[in-house]
Amino acid sequence: MGHYIPTTDREKKDMLAAIGMMDMQALFSSVPSHILADRWDLPAGLSELEVRAKMEKMADKNKVFSSIFRGAGAYNHYIPAIVKAITGKEEFLTAYTPYQAEISQGLLQSIFEYQTDICQLTGMDASNASVYDGATAAAEAVAMCKERKKNTVIVSKTIKPDTLEVIKTYCRGNGMEVVLTGEKEGRTHLQGFAPDDSIACVYVEQPNFFGLIEDVSALAEVTHQAGAKLIVGCNPISLGILPTPASCGADIAVGEGQSLGIPMGFGGPYLGFMACKYDLVRKLPGRIVGETVDQKGQRAFVLTLQAREQHIKREKASSNICSNEALCAMTAAVYLAALGATGLREVAVQCTSKAHYLATELSKIGYTPLYPGAFFHEFVTICPKGAQNALDALEQADILGGLPLDENTILWCTTEKNSKEDMDKLVAVLKEVG
Amino acid sequence: MELIFEKSMEGRQQSILPACDVPIYLPSQTRETLPKLPQLTENELSRHYTALAKRTFGVNDGFYPLGSCTMKYNPKINDEMASLPGFASIHPLQPAHTVEGCLEVMTLAQQFLAEITGMDGVTLQPAAGAHGEFTGMMLIKAYHESRGDDKRKKIIVPDSAHGTNPASATMAGFEVVNIPSAGDGCVDLDALRRVCQDDTAGLMLTNPNTLGLFDPHILEITRIVHDAGGICYYDGANLNAIMGIVRPGDMGFDCVHVNLHKSFSTPHGGGGPGSGPVGCKAFLQPFLPNSIVEQEKRANQDLSIGKVRSFYGNFLVIVRALTYMLTLGREGIPAVAYHAVLHANYMMAQLKEMFPVAYDRPCMHEFVLDLSSIKQKTGVSALDVAKGLQDVGIHPPTMYFPLIVQEALMVEPTETESKETMDEAVEAFKKVYETIQKEPHLLRQAPYKGVISRPDEVTAARKPRIHYFYDK
Repeated sequence: MGHYIPTTDREKKDMLAAIGMMDMQALFSSVPSHILADRWDLPAGLSELEVRAKMEKMADKNKVFSSIFRGAGAYNHYIPAIVKAITGKEEFLTAYTPYQAEISQGLLQSIFEYQTDICQLTGMDASNASVYDGATAAAEAVAMCKERKKNTVIVSKTIKPDTLEVIKTYCRGNGMEVVLTGEKEGRTHLQGFAPDDSIACVYVEQPNFFGLIEDVSALAEVTHQAGAKLIVGCNPISLGILPTPASCGADIAVGEGQSLGIPMGFGGPYLGFMACKYDLVRKLPGRIVGETVDQKGQRAFVLTLQAREQHIKREKASSNICSNEALCAMTAAVYLAALGATGLREVAVQCTSKAHYLATELSKIGYTPLYPGAFFHEFVTICPKGAQNALDALEQADILGGLPLDENTILWCTTEKNSKEDMDKLVAVLKEVG
Repeated sequence: MELIFEKSMEGRQQSILPACDVPIYLPSQTRETLPKLPQLTENELSRHYTALAKRTFGVNDGFYPLGSCTMKYNPKINDEMASLPGFASIHPLQPAHTVEGCLEVMTLAQQFLAEITGMDGVTLQPAAGAHGEFTGMMLIKAYHESRGDDKRKKIIVPDSAHGTNPASATMAGFEVVNIPSAGDGCVDLDALRRVCQDDTAGLMLTNPNTLGLFDPHILEITRIVHDAGGICYYDGANLNAIMGIVRPGDMGFDCVHVNLHKSFSTPHGGGGPGSGPVGCKAFLQPFLPNSIVEQEKRANQDLSIGKVRSFYGNFLVIVRALTYMLTLGREGIPAVAYHAVLHANYMMAQLKEMFPVAYDRPCMHEFVLDLSSIKQKTGVSALDVAKGLQDVGIHPPTMYFPLIVQEALMVEPTETESKETMDEAVEAFKKVYETIQKEPHLLRQAPYKGVISRPDEVTAARKPRIHYFYDK
């Protein structure tokens, strides 16, 4: 077996003697003896070489596509080399939540810098140190808006299915009512929406699940007329070019930060970011780092506004979150620093430019857009010969096509990693299918 | 130290992307100004974070006995396996036949965790321990509701519990009933009997508890709750003490979360990502979150509580934990618990001569010192001692937890620390103890060797500055 225990037999004996115990079994004398398990249906341990071989064999069973045109919540962006070099540093990797400020200044400062970046991207006044992912960020934001007499959340019908599922689960817990909007041509449709006092908030995504640009400003106006808060779930790459949620009137901006330097990793770990207007900061869940001074007046960073949190407030806390996604937040901050504002804008421009090129080329062979109007880097087309035939043919050519939404439509996605050559190849393969 | 924004220089840029090879398309509506982000060369960026790393203390820097957090060594092979392109570069929505290796990883991890906890089904979706607690509470809620048992609105939580327990119960819509601990630090059986009624949804308990004590009445406790029709939830934060020795399922628990970033050696990452899989007995299985691995096996989908996270959980953390479990196997897993408990008792035996132990009897994987008598005599608090320990090269233990001990310091050495490291740590504690005896006032200002002295937390909370102001 492998293990990481340094204690030798000799030391074990010495330590047992020091604590006055006969043997290792005596350490568990407070456990009722008849429930001590003597049989474990587990395999024998392995050496590092054997474990590596076993894990590599499993990894080899997965197909790594050379070209990916699928998004739907996980995006294949380029990750600069510096990102992993920094986030792999053992100090960051092996530390825990910076409860002891004096020996955690580096980590605290990195979170403070991340919070600043998120405020810059979203135009908001305050950001937390991260939550689990975009879906839980949305669900936590909805919970932030709950008041005694405001217990309903209006959720746009055009958001990612997983996000809707998670919002529903959280609301089943906290007792909020979830009401879906209508949908018209792939966009949020508020016809029949009657403003009433019970509405706590409205949740919409920009761009939405189908990649379409929503009229967030119009939604903000209606939402605020009803005395409710507007929560916008946004793609952080798109914020390199699209108007900020704050400038569109959002009260809370959340999103999935995976695009910011985090590998797709079969779905996780990812990064939920949350930012809000200043008046909501004391309702924001999770860790928040603040700047202060030490006794000598030097700049210092601490975990702050902790009176919101579970370890102080227990059953009255704004959320139960304890562990977050700190290393993923650092990843995002390093990614943003590596690119800078013009670099981020360039990523956004390339994503949307390539999506428009691909949409145009696909349209020429009969894969016409399902919805009219502006989109960012995802779009839905119909498939003249069926979605599965198209995707099978692409897979043969080592291309992961878009996500089939039903038998005849596909949600495509492009990023800066999709070259014109790759897109032309994709179109050529589909042309063969007919 | 300067912030990255203060090091930024207009005009500096890294060359990462090629020129766009298709016609440029710009949206009709764009943001008015670009976000302000730092502009640095790769060299400057690298140095900035190297400087931050030097101002951060991790397990690799030294002894980190942060109680309740199980700060064990994080094996490097785990990280390397998680970065294999066959795992890291897989899109979560690839067709099933192209992700058979990922599904195998998840199935194997579930099998290990089910066996270790004594449960029948496992979901890997929860992203952290507290997230697992919420998932477990939702399972309990869905179970009672499915039986039309609508009265069960209360979750019992001992006053020694982790703060996440009552917070998770509230998030799931339960009312929390706190019960006091008995004189021995364990569950007060009479108090438990009094609150166990037909409105009891369940009990949340960690065993060993947060004092590091295994509750000897555990079978009686779970029986009382079951007799009242409640469900027993096991907070697996302290699993390191008992894994491979006794199963929570055999103690009478119905549902459990485990923290892969504690017992199963995945790195804590400065606060996350963690992973908090939830296991449950067969009667709760129909309520587990939807997920691809279970989906095929489960007939009745409408009983599910739904999803608690997008996709399937923190997969690359699960890859690390599986690598660890395969390494340890059936001999290595109990060896972890034996040594974690041996090491804690060894350290406690040395330390209690100086610092009183809150409950002086053999502990499990951690123990709690109670410094209230020291504070009364000398004015030196648990906080002061923690800060003093920083100056002698130790990450301080967890402070002021559990709440039932006034001046608590919770020490958890873990199985991966050597006897020499623990002996050195005891010497370090001794130095602090001597300072308390001779010059207690010195500790009120500690630490002295840090990059900063004590920060002003009151001002930080009263006048929050929670991001950098570019325009100052």
